[in-house]
Amino acid sequence: MSAARLVRALREPGSVAGLDAAGWNGLIAAARAERLIGTLAWRLEGVEVPDAVRPILEDARREAATEARQALWEADRAVVALRHLGVRVVLLKGTAYVAAGLKAGQGRFIGDLDILVPRDAMPVVERALIDAGWEWVKEDAYDDAYYRQWMHELPPMIHVERDRMIDVHHTILPLTARPRPDAAAMLAAAVPVADGLWVLSPEDRVVHAAAHMLADGDVQGGLRNLWDIYCLLKEADPARLAARARLHGLERHVAQAERLAAAVYGKGARLGLWDRIVRARLLARDGWGRETRKALVFAFYLRSHLLRMPPLMLARHLWTKWRKGHRPG
Amino acid sequence: MLRIGPATFRIGSAWGRPIDALARLYADYPDVRGAIADFTVRLQPASALRRWVRPHIFITGDHGLADAAPMSLAHGLLAAEMGMNLQMALGWRRHLLLHASSVEKDGRVLVMTGESGSGKSTLAALLGERGWRLMGDEFALLDMASGAILPFPRLVSLKNRAIDVVAGEVGAARMGPLLRATAKGDIRHMVPRGDAVARMDEGGMPALLLFPRFGHEAAVRDVGQGEVFMRLTQASTNYVALGEPAFAALTRFVREVPARAIDFPSGDAAIAMVERLWSETP
Repeated sequence: MSAARLVRALREPGSVAGLDAAGWNGLIAAARAERLIGTLAWRLEGVEVPDAVRPILEDARREAATEARQALWEADRAVVALRHLGVRVVLLKGTAYVAAGLKAGQGRFIGDLDILVPRDAMPVVERALIDAGWEWVKEDAYDDAYYRQWMHELPPMIHVERDRMIDVHHTILPLTARPRPDAAAMLAAAVPVADGLWVLSPEDRVVHAAAHMLADGDVQGGLRNLWDIYCLLKEADPARLAARARLHGLERHVAQAERLAAAVYGKGARLGLWDRIVRARLLARDGWGRETRKALVFAFYLRSHLLRMPPLMLARHLWTKWRKGHRPG
Repeated sequence: MLRIGPATFRIGSAWGRPIDALARLYADYPDVRGAIADFTVRLQPASALRRWVRPHIFITGDHGLADAAPMSLAHGLLAAEMGMNLQMALGWRRHLLLHASSVEKDGRVLVMTGESGSGKSTLAALLGERGWRLMGDEFALLDMASGAILPFPRLVSLKNRAIDVVAGEVGAARMGPLLRATAKGDIRHMVPRGDAVARMDEGGMPALLLFPRFGHEAAVRDVGQGEVFMRLTQASTNYVALGEPAFAALTRFVREVPARAIDFPSGDAAIAMVERLWSETP
């Protein structure tokens, strides 16, 4: 069970002392598969490791530094493209953590640039990004219409020269999801971190990360999301967090995220049945970096669709996708 | 477990055959059982059904491509080699990786780069049998601090017509099985000579860069530094990821190493051209 090995190494870095070569191989493969190798490298800074491990961790640290630099540059480019609009551009997820210098950003893998803007500004933001060199990743009339009608973001765009993706959000959950977070309140409470760059308030960061992990998607990459939450919780005020979770209708998700973060990375917590099921899904990774517990993983995949759509709408959606040749991976 | 130059690979397969083929061809490489690997490679069934029925391999590992085409189990050896190449191309950060072959003589290195089919592998394999030390046929590792080229002497992958040319020279004992009708045509692997394996940690300073092109009348052309730089950035899989140190190292390489493009109609003609250019190299 190498995912378990990985969370133990993140929780107690000194625990790697007893690892043999097979243990290290499993740990490294699981960390790479969960995209936590950079985080692991930061956690193991200053810890005694075998000679063969040192360059692997150094590579991961350097890679993370490069990622952070590229992510900040990409954020800077977006701000420049949008500055004349006078709208508040709020960074989300990895780029936000790096821009704000948070512990959650240390060594973090950063994929796309995610930004949150006011919903009524979406058309002008879209126009301004296209003028500045971003273009649609794939032109598909159904997907495009689906995104615009039901999703919380524009279809992904990619910059024609820099080959980096941007996701423009107007709220943090799909419009088909049951909870309805108050995006306007999130924008209003955002805090500035640099010239023209904003991030969510410490409490809203937790709410967003919990919503992303537990109210949307199939918990793929969940160990990394939970690590984010574990780090973000340290900077959130408990009373204010409870109030924000209530405001956004995500109390249950935030409370579960707190329990799971404490159970997996912290001092432990009492888990209910559903918590244990989610934890089992989170730890479904073996020492070769392969996903295990296939049935459970598939159940979460199905759940991700049910979270997004009522059954009838889901049936229509899957039928349309099937006819286009899409098969579940 | 397999070590090639500075990189150690842990290779897992859902089937025994690819591993057996690797064990036979890499028998004389260093024994690294029980090592900590830089990369994990996995050869897994393309789907649950494809483990048993018309088995097909999906190549992945620490680094993988979601849209990689599945390969027939009959080409398992090639899949393992591609799996290792994939890890290097996507994950290696300790050197600037050039898609190039390289050979060494008197401590100085000849680097040859070009598209697949340019003849760089065949040329390196032939030179490796004729007084040069083969350093690698796929990747040349440029050390960014010292400017040296380090070896990566995996099995040499020979394609189509090159197979008979090289097999006739090295003998069957050092040749792998003939893999027919792969995506790149017929492929057969060649085990490098003992000296290439024994000295796989020993690099050398680059002295000459060639852009070979097989299938044309013999010709030699000078290549300007600007063009060399552009072609080498395109031949590198990690130039962008490495950032400024890669720019500095490549600039130094381009300034210090003379470059020529050579066209040749046959292996023997190419070797004569290479030897002549090498003797003229300061």
